[in-house]
This record gives sequence, structure tokens and C-alpha cells, in this order.
Amino acid sequence: MNQLVVDIKKKTFTKNGDREKFTAIADLKFELSNNEFVCIIGPSGCGKTTLLNTIAGLDNNYEGSIDTNSNDVNLHPSYVFQTPRLLPWRTVLENIQLATQSDDSLPTIISILQHLGLSENLHSYPHHLSLGMQRRASLARAFCVPSNLLLMDEPFVSLDQPTAKKARKLLLSLWLEQPRNVLFVTHDLNEAIALADRILFLSDSPSHIIAEVKVTLSRTKRTTDHVNAFKNQLRTTHPNIQQFL
Amino acid sequence: MLRSSFLNSTLPLGLLLLIWQFVAFSFNSPVLPSPILVLNTLIHAVQTAELPYHLSITLYRLTISFFLAMFLGTAIGLFLGRHSKLNTFFDSWLIILLNIPALVTIILCYIWFGLVETAAIFAVVINKLPNVIVTIREGARNLDDQLMEMAKAYQFGRYKTLRHVVLPQLSPYIMASARTGLALIWKIILVVEMLGRSDGMGYQIHLFFQMFDIASIMAYTVSFIIIIQIIETAILKPLDKKSQRWK
Repeated sequence: MNQLVVDIKKKTFTKNGDREKFTAIADLKFELSNNEFVCIIGPSGCGKTTLLNTIAGLDNNYEGSIDTNSNDVNLHPSYVFQTPRLLPWRTVLENIQLATQSDDSLPTIISILQHLGLSENLHSYPHHLSLGMQRRASLARAFCVPSNLLLMDEPFVSLDQPTAKKARKLLLSLWLEQPRNVLFVTHDLNEAIALADRILFLSDSPSHIIAEVKVTLSRTKRTTDHVNAFKNQLRTTHPNIQQFL
Repeated sequence: MLRSSFLNSTLPLGLLLLIWQFVAFSFNSPVLPSPILVLNTLIHAVQTAELPYHLSITLYRLTISFFLAMFLGTAIGLFLGRHSKLNTFFDSWLIILLNIPALVTIILCYIWFGLVETAAIFAVVINKLPNVIVTIREGARNLDDQLMEMAKAYQFGRYKTLRHVVLPQLSPYIMASARTGLALIWKIILVVEMLGRSDGMGYQIHLFFQMFDIASIMAYTVSFIIIIQIIETAILKPLDKKSQRWK
């Protein structure tokens, strides 16, 4: 069993030195279970990153509850941030080893890095890698850590189209190899349709879910044409999400 | 490589010696001994084991007070830099400490604790500490929050976060305060020794001052310049290189 239950009643920020209160999230409820791949789409500034940070336990100042039910209680979510966030003074391998916390993980790390085409760069410092490679290294870090939930915050933004497409392919193949719940934030509906089992659409802040769409396309058939056809279909079935189409 | 070391150190130092020799020669006064006389005095002081004895005592005091001040200063600076409320509370303390004249703290330490070794070292530490705190606090304020979040998300824990995330970011600040600290401690330690110790470089220089032995004062100064150069090239420069190797 592997489940994530999110029920955030209210998440506020104080602005202008305690004077103004800003509600980022209100009554946001959803569940992930059985190694699902869920994408979240919402207008910019609607609190998507805030949502991931609260789920990751980086921000515990909210009303409501976030529960993970899994067989292994020692597992923590792993997080792929919007920027790679590798330690510049540690090599790729050291960066990953620091996150995995165990010494016997080396074979796993090497095989995942090989999978991502980084086997030559084990001992490179992040500054010597291209942005695409740094993003792949941060993806490798997330998969090398034993985890039941993978949080991803627009991890492929600012990559050129072919590189992003390649990265998505690598992500899916890693995920199929090591299944886990994935919560993937993006602003690109095409990307969401290409990746997800299910898509959640968020409103402007205070954000809550305005629509939930199951991607019924089979994973082998998610070519550009099929994705566009699916989008057209959404136009008629979900008129309330026109702003994202 | 050889050529640049000649241009960057041998030539300027040689030029300085030449000017010194020229000025000493043209004034021909006991107040400014020539470099050769100073060198002879230096060799003599080393041979009689007088200079090594006093120099090693001063170096011992320097080492202890330097590491104490660096360690405490880094810890306090890091703490204040990360807790803004505590920082605003203690800021005025820090400003007071920064601006108390070294002489006052030295005299007070001797009066309160007696003319003992601990008082001497304590006085040096108190003089250096606020500078370290201020520099490290600046570094701690500029720590990358994104990397701190990453460390938290991946359960780094306190020790690993400190060693792999915080200290590498602080290293330029630590190096800066080590360099300025070494210079400042040298200056203060001699005053401390002059006022209340019966050994060390400061005590000796005070003695030479009373005897108007300028060649010896300069010989002691030269020995200490040599030590500083050795510390810089053998310890600080390699440390710099090591902490910057990823760039």
C-alpha cells in the first residue's frame, strides 16, 4: 500500500511585515494511491510550489493534514526542484551519496546514472555540466533515494524542446522501473497529458481543485497527434478549464 | 611560473631592501640600522636561542587565541546570522565590543584575572572575537536558502548540513576573517605581552625599546614577517586552493 492523502484547509502567508495576510491555499483535497503519476496544472502564482513544500515537510505552518500511508514508515518524499539545487562544491556522485544516506547504494547510483547518460560525469562538479545534465543529475538523486513519493516542481522548464522530451522519456522509464507516487507540477498541458495518469487543475489563489481529468490514452500512444486530439476532447467535456487549453 | 614568482615577490622585496639600504646609508644614523646589520643581529639572536624561545612562546599564544577566537566567532556568527531576532537583540552588544579599545580590554583583563597566562589569552580572544562574529554573520545571512531546503528535504540532518552545505558557503568568509584575524592578533598579542608578561616578542621588544636597541627591534620584526609569509604560503594559500577547487 502506498498512499498520499492531502487535505489542506488553509495555508496563509504574511506579507508586508505581519500586516497583510495572503491565503495561498484553501480547501485543497486530493489523494494519490498505488504508484500513480499525477500532474498538477494551475495559473502561475497559485501556490503550486507552496503545496509541494508543505507535502515535502519544508513548511509545516498550515491548517489541515497531509498523511502518507505506506508499508515502510521510514520513507520520505524525494523532491526534484525547479532548479537542480546540486551542491556546487560536491561532485555528482557525492551529491547523490549525501542524499541517499547509505554507503552500499553505489551500484544503484551508478546504474541510474548510466540510465540517464551521466556515467561519464560521476566525478564532475555541477558547474562543468550543462543545465540539462544538471537536471538529469537532480532527477537521478531523487530516484536513488528510496522513497514512496516523488515531488517534481516544473523540473524540465527552461530546457529546449528536444532535451525536455528526452528528459520526460527518461523520467517515465525510471518511474516504470521503480514505481512510486509522483506529483508533477507543470504549466504545460501537453507535458501533463504526455506524462500523467491523472491531471488536477488548480484555481487562482487561494487555490483549490477546479477539475480532475483522467488521461485515458494508453502510454504507448501519447504522440503529439494523440495528445492534441485529447486536448480537443477536453474542450468539450470540461468547459471550465478553457484557460489552460 | 618561476618568472611570475620572481616578478611578484623577489623583485618588489629586493627593491624594498635596496631603498632601505640606500636611506640607511645616506642618513648614517643609529636610528635606522642598515639591512646587513639587522641581518647580523637576527642571526646572532637565533644562534643564542633567545629569539626562537620568545618567538615560540608568542606563537603558542597566537595559536591558542587564534583558534579560540575563530571557533567561538564562527559559532556565534553563524547563530546570529540565522536568527534575526537574537541578532537585533545582541547587535548593540557587538557594536560595543567592536569599539572598546584593545588597550582597555587588556588592562581590565589583567586587573580582574591577575597577571596570568589565561588573562593574556582571554584579552586577545576578546579583541578578535567581535570581528570574526561580524564577518561570519554576514556570510550566514547570505546562505543559499534553496540549498538549505534541499538539505532538509533529503533529511541531511544537522551535522551533514553544517559540513556539506553551510561551511563550504562560509569558507570565503572564514578565510577572510582568518587573514585579518592573524594580522590583528599579532598586533594585539605584542601589547598584551608588553603590559603583563615576562616573555614573548612583545616583552623583548619593550626591553629593546628601553635599551634603544633598534637593530634588535627590526631583527625581531623581520623574523615575524618571515613567519607570516610561511603561514600564508604553507597553510592559507593551499587551504584557499582546496576550498575553491570546484570553481
